[in-house]
Amino acid sequence: MTTIRRTLTYVLVTAIALAIAVPVAWVLLASLKRRGEFYGSPWTLPEGLHLQNYVDAFVTANMGRYFFTSVLVTLLGLVFVVAVSVPAAYVIARYEFRGRGLVEVAMLAGLFVNVNYIVVPIFLMLVGWDRALVEVFPGGFFIDNPGVLSLVYAATSIPFTIYLLTAYFRSIPVDYEQAAALDGASRFQIMTRVMLPMAKPALTTVLLFNFLAYWNDFIIALTLLPGEGKTLQVGLLNLMTAQKAAADYGRLYAGMVIVIVPVLIFYALIQRRLIEGMASGGVKG
Amino acid sequence: MADAPSNTTPRRRGNGLFVLACLLPALVLFVVFMIVPTVNVFRMSFYTWSGFSPDMRFVGLDNFTRLLDDAQFVRAFQNTVALLVVVTVVTMGTGLFLAAIMTRQRLRGRPLYRFVLYVPSVLSVVVIAAIFSAIFDQENGLLNGTLRLLSLDGLQQVWLGNQDLVLWSVAIAMVWQSLGYYMVLYMSGMASIPEEVYEASALDGASAGRQFFAITLPLIWQNLRTTLTFFVMSAVNLSFVLVRAMTGGGPDGSSEVLLSYMYKQAYTNSSYGYGMAIGVVIFAFSFFVSLLVSRATRREPLQF
Repeated sequence: MTTIRRTLTYVLVTAIALAIAVPVAWVLLASLKRRGEFYGSPWTLPEGLHLQNYVDAFVTANMGRYFFTSVLVTLLGLVFVVAVSVPAAYVIARYEFRGRGLVEVAMLAGLFVNVNYIVVPIFLMLVGWDRALVEVFPGGFFIDNPGVLSLVYAATSIPFTIYLLTAYFRSIPVDYEQAAALDGASRFQIMTRVMLPMAKPALTTVLLFNFLAYWNDFIIALTLLPGEGKTLQVGLLNLMTAQKAAADYGRLYAGMVIVIVPVLIFYALIQRRLIEGMASGGVKG
Repeated sequence: MADAPSNTTPRRRGNGLFVLACLLPALVLFVVFMIVPTVNVFRMSFYTWSGFSPDMRFVGLDNFTRLLDDAQFVRAFQNTVALLVVVTVVTMGTGLFLAAIMTRQRLRGRPLYRFVLYVPSVLSVVVIAAIFSAIFDQENGLLNGTLRLLSLDGLQQVWLGNQDLVLWSVAIAMVWQSLGYYMVLYMSGMASIPEEVYEASALDGASAGRQFFAITLPLIWQNLRTTLTFFVMSAVNLSFVLVRAMTGGGPDGSSEVLLSYMYKQAYTNSSYGYGMAIGVVIFAFSFFVSLLVSRATRREPLQF
């Protein structure tokens, strides 16, 4: 009885794991196929390493350039969010000041505001700023600016980041800071030299989740970078549209691999941390 | 979350300035890019505005009354509700069940399964949409190609082009994306239940099914409740990004969901006011559903 049940469980769980793994693996393999190989059975292996697809994707479809934009925007966003959230979370956790309760409630409410609702007003606001500053920047400044996009990324993840960091700062005993203060450390030194190193686990969790959020976003990027300098995700969306018209599967699959592989490598390296962070920190779907 | 007063730094001169300097950058970004746009969603829903002209007219609740007669809006609403119900039930049910058997039976290779199951959660929605477009491709897709190979040509479908099927295709992609995430989440919740509880009930002759309903489910109830509340909100968003990338709401509006319809009104149709009225409705709707779920699932927390 138990053996049958165990076997059944294995079969079931393996089937589900395969349902997830097979499509991903299939795309990886299909990216190496020649145009003619896409017709007929989808289960044939590629005849050779047809790397021309990757050249097409990287050069002709500009994915190489988009890759660079994505890296830039993601890194800048992470720098911004950490630079503003760490000090804010620290003073919320450790200092008494008027309006602290209000700030905390506002951040908590911010957790429930999803970016998808507010992209339209953000876009209109930036267009309005561009119009107001047309004398200074005739070509526009806020729209099509990767820096502004990273700033918006940072801003929209502030509630989540501050929420997690504040909770962690509060869990650190106050003795370390008191000792440092007795040794004559300034407030700023206490924050950066004493507390920041101790908050490393929480900081890592925050960086991981924000990295995935920024790298994988396409709604904000689609709206705020309508010009030439797109991110990878938007570039892939364009490849999908182009594929529907021209049936150029190879280039699309190569483009997908370019987007998937960095995330998969990253995931393989940090998966334990990611899953632990998810279980302890926050529910973010 | 409650903080003991002794845990804060004693008052010193100049604290106010330090606090302000630390808080201000985050607050400015938060107010400018989150609070102001959120307020604007509500404010703009009372106006008609094409977006780029300075002509902005106050129309009160007109945008909302127009919604009631908008057949496409009603359809988008129905689609959203259908997706929410189906995807929630399937994802949560299957996730719970699989997590329970994997935890209880101590399967070998659990880390590997966990690794694979969590993969969709790190992929972007565009990638998932592209993967499913490849699976559902009419001519050379994985699904139709396999059916042809098995000589089941009759079962071939235009998965994303058939008005009756497209919503189910989207639902399958949504479940594929979120199932592993919730499984991993529930597995970590169930792993913390002490083994003795199960041993004791096994001595009393409880079956595995009975153990699941009498022990596992009540003990992870709080966990389940939180995820359910969040799931409703994230499913509303996921359905949008997926539809936007995979079907564009088509064919003929048959896979339109609320948020994608809002975008269509705002950008394609340049009716920003009307679009924002839809935004307000979605906001109210997901808030209401989350509240309802949270209320309906309230139980006394159990300890072990």
